Amino acid sequence: MLNMLLRKSKMGRLTEKGRNSLLLQTSADLPTCFRQSLQIRHLDCGSCNACDWEMTALSNSLYDHQHCGIDFVAAPRHADLLMCTGTGSTQLLNAAHETYEAMAKPKWVMAVGDCAVNGGVFKGAYASEEGIGEILPVDFKVPGCPPTPNDMMKALLQVMGKKVS
Amino acid sequence: MLGLQEYLQSYHSYPAIKIVEWEEQEGLVDVPPRDLPEILSYCLDIRPRPIWLTHVVNDERQLGNGFCVYLVLHFPENDFSLTLVAKGIKDQFPTLSVIFPALNWSEREAQDLFGLQAVGHPDPRSLVLHPGWPLGFHPLRKDYKAGEEHKEFVRAPLVFPEMRGDGIFQVSVGPIHAGIIEPGHFRFYTLGEAVLHLEAQLFFTHKGIEKLLEGKSIEEGLHIIERVCGVCTVSHSLAYCAAVEKLASLEVPRKALLWRTILAELERVYNHVGDIGNMCAGVGLALGSANGSQCKENLQRLNLEFFGHRFLRGMVVPGGMKSIPGAQGSQAILNRLLGLSDDFEEWIPLLLGHEGFRQRAVATGILKTEVALDMGATGPTARASGIPIDWREFHAHLLYPELNVKAIVKQDGDCWSRLMVRVKETRESFRILNTLLREAMKGPEFDYDKPTFMALEEVKRMAPAWGCVESPKGTDVIWLMLDDECRIYRCRIRSASYANWPVVPLTVPGNIVPDFPLINKSFELCYSCCDR
Repeated sequence: MLNMLLRKSKMGRLTEKGRNSLLLQTSADLPTCFRQSLQIRHLDCGSCNACDWEMTALSNSLYDHQHCGIDFVAAPRHADLLMCTGTGSTQLLNAAHETYEAMAKPKWVMAVGDCAVNGGVFKGAYASEEGIGEILPVDFKVPGCPPTPNDMMKALLQVMGKKVS
Repeated sequence: MLGLQEYLQSYHSYPAIKIVEWEEQEGLVDVPPRDLPEILSYCLDIRPRPIWLTHVVNDERQLGNGFCVYLVLHFPENDFSLTLVAKGIKDQFPTLSVIFPALNWSEREAQDLFGLQAVGHPDPRSLVLHPGWPLGFHPLRKDYKAGEEHKEFVRAPLVFPEMRGDGIFQVSVGPIHAGIIEPGHFRFYTLGEAVLHLEAQLFFTHKGIEKLLEGKSIEEGLHIIERVCGVCTVSHSLAYCAAVEKLASLEVPRKALLWRTILAELERVYNHVGDIGNMCAGVGLALGSANGSQCKENLQRLNLEFFGHRFLRGMVVPGGMKSIPGAQGSQAILNRLLGLSDDFEEWIPLLLGHEGFRQRAVATGILKTEVALDMGATGPTARASGIPIDWREFHAHLLYPELNVKAIVKQDGDCWSRLMVRVKETRESFRILNTLLREAMKGPEFDYDKPTFMALEEVKRMAPAWGCVESPKGTDVIWLMLDDECRIYRCRIRSASYANWPVVPLTVPGNIVPDFPLINKSFELCYSCCDR
């Protein structure tokens, strides 16, 4: 009972957390139940496709995210973490919001790639935001153009509170 | 191209046609806008049929030219490219889509982004800008400066045709798909399992890159161009550099040409191998997708090791290459590639001999030759439908003339043909890489000078130039015009995906809904460089 209350209070704090906290500060805050498995939903918000391909590469036999308990799911309802790529293109905003809203709490958002972090080279384009942070509450950021699968794997393991060499 | 020149010279019109430039390989001709359809029909009747490279609308009102339409055609027989320029357009221009449906999307895009009207266009719905933008929002006009309009974008329903009848259903998919894929909305009109019609609504990732490029310096432009498409980085930057080099009359040293060709082929190999794997993922054949993704990963690791980037970004610069590996590096790359080529030959027969996979892919998603021709398809898409177009064969550039590249053609136009074209092209690319790397090994170590900074005084201003490269998905064309301060005035990116996307919905009717992932993946088009 006490444990559950503790967890609940922790979850509440996590979901109300500030928008731009850094990766390392929050990773220890994750409830322990997510340390064994993490279900991810990918959301392309206007990327150039490079980040997405690197994310796809996580599933090949050389990285094999599934042996770390990480999996990509088809529906946002099943997801704990939303991995967003791209600058946040205007014509996708509604769909992006809906995807985020469809996720069950507790939920986290990870901005993957320079574009998602701050707009990258596309800063100032007329049909795009300057990063996902402008439209969704970002918890974790993984910079890089694109971040390599290694970077992503490390970030995900850190999010789960696992040791990363 | 004697006949064409004579035809244009003897063409009666007012104001008269002006041949601005006519050289062995390129021509630039001013044409009155209303005569454009007739001249285009004449050009399209020439055999072998010309291919379209790009269609650009440019706001030249500051120069007193009004809006201009540039249409670049390439005549394969003599390797001759003709640019038809229609100047002085005020608010409308006669449509060319009725004569040449390949220009359908370009003209709809011009309607959206410039606020011009294509008179007589058969499908004048908006394309690039979805409903919901403020009225009178035409961002590519020069008097528009990027402002707050994106904050005013409201939710508005997309427009789709109606279809009614007993048992007809609409299945809508997207824009967010299940999986790690880019966004696009597909609407299937089905009767039972069979698809009657498919509407594809793309341009969800439209960011406004062409506007963003305006006013940028050549180097800044390259930085953005490399990021238009994640997986065709080399092709896009090569096309851009070709345009810049044409304007600056730069000669690229042979050594740089050699390494540029190697990069282009490395890009083709890792894309084709990945695409073959993805086709298997489209039918759930884990054997193929696992092998494909593993082979692709190894190729990308090779890219990272020897060129510093998994997608080969940052290597090509105007005038040459940023750096090149020495003889030892070339030897190491070759050894690795030989290993990977053996690996490829080992798993590809498993796939090609798989009866279940074959049954799914044969006669699925057929693209007819006439359709591919009319819609201006390019790359493996066109070659799998019996059209022998390959920019590497058509146009003397890089080191391709020495390599004797021939377009690999299949006749059936189905998913299997597109797969086989990719398989054969991968083998061909391994062969090309082998030849090129052996040449690179002969060169002495570190004899390469980085290209010096361009002398901007000699660069042509306010003149159009285009660059063209055969990317893994087809011919990428970048059209460039620089302003008086040598900054980008207009840059049009016509990627292979942009040319090929309009044919995808045409191949689906008659198939069943579950075949769509396979059909889509057999084209393996990119959304980002189409939407820009």
